[in-house]
Amino acid sequence: MKETKLYEEKVVDAHEEHHEQSFIRKYIFSEDHKTIAKQFLITGIFWAIIGGAFSFLFRIQLGFPNVDLTSLSPIIGNWLTPQGKIDPEVYLALITMHGTIMVFFVLTAGLSGTFLNFLIPLQLGARDMASGFLNMFSYWFFFLSSVIMLTSIFVEGGPASGGWTVYPPLSALPQAVSGSGLGMTLWLVSMSFFVVSALLGALNYITTVINLRTEGMTFFRMPLTIWAFLITAILGVLSFPVLLSAALLLIMDRTFGTSFYLSDIYIAGEALSNQGGSAILFQHLFWFLGHPEVYIVILPSLGIASEVIATCSRKPIFGYKAMVYSLIGIGILSFVVWAHHMFISGMNPFLGSVFTILTLIIAVPSAIKSFNYIATLWRGNIIFTPAMLFSIGLVSFFISGGVTGLFLGNSVIDINLHDTYFVVAHFHIVMGSASFFGLFSGVYHWFPKMFGRMMNRNLGYVHFWFTFIGAYLVFFPLHYIGIAGFPRRYYSFTNFEAGKIESFMDLNVFVTIAAGITFAAQFIFLFNFFYSIYRGRKASQNPWKSNTLEWTTPVNPGHGNWPGKIPKVERWAYDYSKPGAKEDFIPQNVPYSKTPESNLPEDEHH
Amino acid sequence: MNFIFLLIGLLLVIVLFQIFRSSEILGAATKKTSKLFEDGNNRYNAILGVIFLIGLIFSIFWYAIKEYKNYNLPIASEHAPDVELLFWVTMAITMSVFVVTQIVMFYFGYKYQYQEDRIAEYYTENNKLEIIWTIIPAIVLTVLIGWGLYKWNEVTGPAPADSEVIELVGYQFAWASRYPGDDNKLGSYNYKLTDVENIVGIDFSDSASLDDFMPREIHIPKGKPVLLKIRARDVIHSVYLPYFRAQMNAVPGMPTQLWFIPTKTTQEMREEMGNDNFNYEIICNKICGRAHFSMKQNLIVEEEWEYIKWKKSQDSWIKKNPDYFANFLKNNANDLAVLNNDYERN
Ligand code: HEM
Ligand SMILES: [Cu+2]
Ligand SMILES: [Cu+2]
Repeated sequence: MKETKLYEEKVVDAHEEHHEQSFIRKYIFSEDHKTIAKQFLITGIFWAIIGGAFSFLFRIQLGFPNVDLTSLSPIIGNWLTPQGKIDPEVYLALITMHGTIMVFFVLTAGLSGTFLNFLIPLQLGARDMASGFLNMFSYWFFFLSSVIMLTSIFVEGGPASGGWTVYPPLSALPQAVSGSGLGMTLWLVSMSFFVVSALLGALNYITTVINLRTEGMTFFRMPLTIWAFLITAILGVLSFPVLLSAALLLIMDRTFGTSFYLSDIYIAGEALSNQGGSAILFQHLFWFLGHPEVYIVILPSLGIASEVIATCSRKPIFGYKAMVYSLIGIGILSFVVWAHHMFISGMNPFLGSVFTILTLIIAVPSAIKSFNYIATLWRGNIIFTPAMLFSIGLVSFFISGGVTGLFLGNSVIDINLHDTYFVVAHFHIVMGSASFFGLFSGVYHWFPKMFGRMMNRNLGYVHFWFTFIGAYLVFFPLHYIGIAGFPRRYYSFTNFEAGKIESFMDLNVFVTIAAGITFAAQFIFLFNFFYSIYRGRKASQNPWKSNTLEWTTPVNPGHGNWPGKIPKVERWAYDYSKPGAKEDFIPQNVPYSKTPESNLPEDEHH
Repeated sequence: MNFIFLLIGLLLVIVLFQIFRSSEILGAATKKTSKLFEDGNNRYNAILGVIFLIGLIFSIFWYAIKEYKNYNLPIASEHAPDVELLFWVTMAITMSVFVVTQIVMFYFGYKYQYQEDRIAEYYTENNKLEIIWTIIPAIVLTVLIGWGLYKWNEVTGPAPADSEVIELVGYQFAWASRYPGDDNKLGSYNYKLTDVENIVGIDFSDSASLDDFMPREIHIPKGKPVLLKIRARDVIHSVYLPYFRAQMNAVPGMPTQLWFIPTKTTQEMREEMGNDNFNYEIICNKICGRAHFSMKQNLIVEEEWEYIKWKKSQDSWIKKNPDYFANFLKNNANDLAVLNNDYERN
């Protein structure tokens, strides 16, 4: 741990040199991980509002297909047909943008960018990321990517509209759908910058975790948050480059007439010359990122939940080691299950068998994690802070959305469920809602550390209950229409086999209303968040009486995080309610020599 | 109407503001205490959790039972009942896990809510427990996988030799079908031959193409294996047949296939569902552009004798499009002398 010390001194020096940072260096081109985290968070919130608004728009189309939206024309004028309805291609563009925004911009950049940046140095006892400079670039590449994606919404022909998975040939041929013109080009450029951002971020996170742990912070003393973040970052480094190559090949097919994905196509009255390409090659490449991606989305949230549930149950997390091994197991397995998205893509059915086996294996570590969260609650002393409620909500969603994976992962059952609303229900619950709840949980929990103030609790409770009940009401009913064989990405179901549509119209109306209320309830959060930044109650140093190192910094940690020496870590992060201890928590920097009354024989292992 | 909404909105904002203020005031009053929470909300949240749990489980099952007939489509193919059984066994297992874990979780939340004079149990691990809840899911999953793969191999395995072979071509935004005709052999095709008339690019230099016919509606016989040879012309589509529990993507440049044995004619299904307008449909289930949502094609299942009769009544494509074929012959006169004879015979 000698290197850590060297680094420490260097940073302290640097810190003193430019004490008076200019506004731009401090808030805009900042290299401080805490500022960068907030930049990611605010940008993520911005995107979440857009992504949410889009979903409400297309939910209106699904729930009230005959409604006249002309009154909205000042905002979305050119998206409407003369009858005031959403245009079918605009509908496809909206779902595509919604999916892209939610998965990549909110739950990858917004979530990882915020919490990996904020917590890794603070919980490990580092003064900053390994490279603040690259970290700054990571944000600004994301910003650039965001600007391009946002621009694409307003260009001629509209944004990409082939679904967030952008399968070619649909996405490769401007003749096929208007969104495959300039909008798609911008999508690809934007995502390429996004990958650069994700890589810069992830390399930094990994390096920091490996090299900059403070003295005494062995791997098995790291809080589970950090373990989850580390695995997330490793998944990112290994999988995002593959998305980049998929995108590059698609760019070539689109602009240079290559035939990576195109073959034997007759479209718009013309037989194209492309031959020998493979449309499902793209799917393999896409899902080679795409499946790890869903774990990139959920793992940080699971990490946050581990920390919050332990702290607010005043109990050690149950089965720390098992949690770590499950994380590693999920991480490894997540790379060998991608083709479960392609059972009926036309790939060899034998391949389907292999991926069925691998997919269902990944359910085991996921189940272990769920059981361990619940076991942590057992005989706890539970405090329902808003963060705790959101973490419990996360576990609830992780289970209810996870179990439906056993249907979709079993290839023979998936034949009939693939691309139906059952899938939409599944991933919105297990990935969308669970991950979002982790995000909320993290914001409520670490807000005092981020802004030195508390968020309003009561509004937090109201926000939680509206969102929790709301999300179940919005997404659970989709299972039923999925089992009934309703395809996703359908603009309307009126052209569908007679009789069927009427029977589910009431459910669709119900879901849309629930979505509206749930979406509206998010403004409670937004108010609470922005109000509390400026006017919230001043936080104390360790408001949740938590063990991890970030709570040993000053209420408003400056550049370098700890004014003096970095604390040394003496124990694991979960000494809550230790028998004999004076208080119900013992922070990680308290040496065993100071707690003779509570030391246990097995403490050497921690 | 708008006024009422406005009023409700206003009321909500006022209520929220009161909620907001009450905790700000309370918070300020008890600022100095070391307690982790300042009011009775802990208890309310625990109780709400239990109420939520009951509501959740009740409504899921209530709807599932009430609407069973509605979301559970009747089955009309031979492999489907077994798959359906697996589906419902999986459902039973997963719903039990779901119900038990949610009950336990919210019950713990209620039972172990914070009390100042209690201390949580310092309980870090229990290897036996961990092993149990690793092994049991592993065993259950093995059974589900084994069963699933057994059926999967059957369903995706080679079609029986006596299958009715039909070519199905997806394009924006419809399905075209081609039957092999009397020779029971589909003629070859070449996408470069596609045009407005010859929409699936039939290659007439292959004599097997000459008797192929392309009907307006797709008919298939009940009780006989039907093998769909699937192609796409422009972008990816998906042949989705929910009543037969069958689906396969249609991919440009990569022919795919799917087979099944229909067990109920359209007429029988109409009677079963009490709906005289019922029709089986091939619906497109892969996003393919503007009119994806309306890309469908009726499929008629009939008794085998009806099917044979219907097939007999169909004219070959070239008979329906004599000009096209005459042109084709003219352009390829030299190397097609042989074929010409074939045509005369037809
Ligand atoms: C505000 C609440 C939300 C509502 C009401 C909502 C609703 C929907 C609906 C109805 C669809 C299917 C549209 C169709 O197939 O025609 C959809 C698609 C999708 N949603 Fe959401 N959603 C919400 C939040 C989220 C979140 C948090 C995520 C994050 C994972 C997400 C990710 C996606 C994705 C990836 C798709 C697929 C897009 C595609 O088909 O390409 N959504 N959403
Ligand atoms: Cu996956
Ligand atoms: Cu389609």
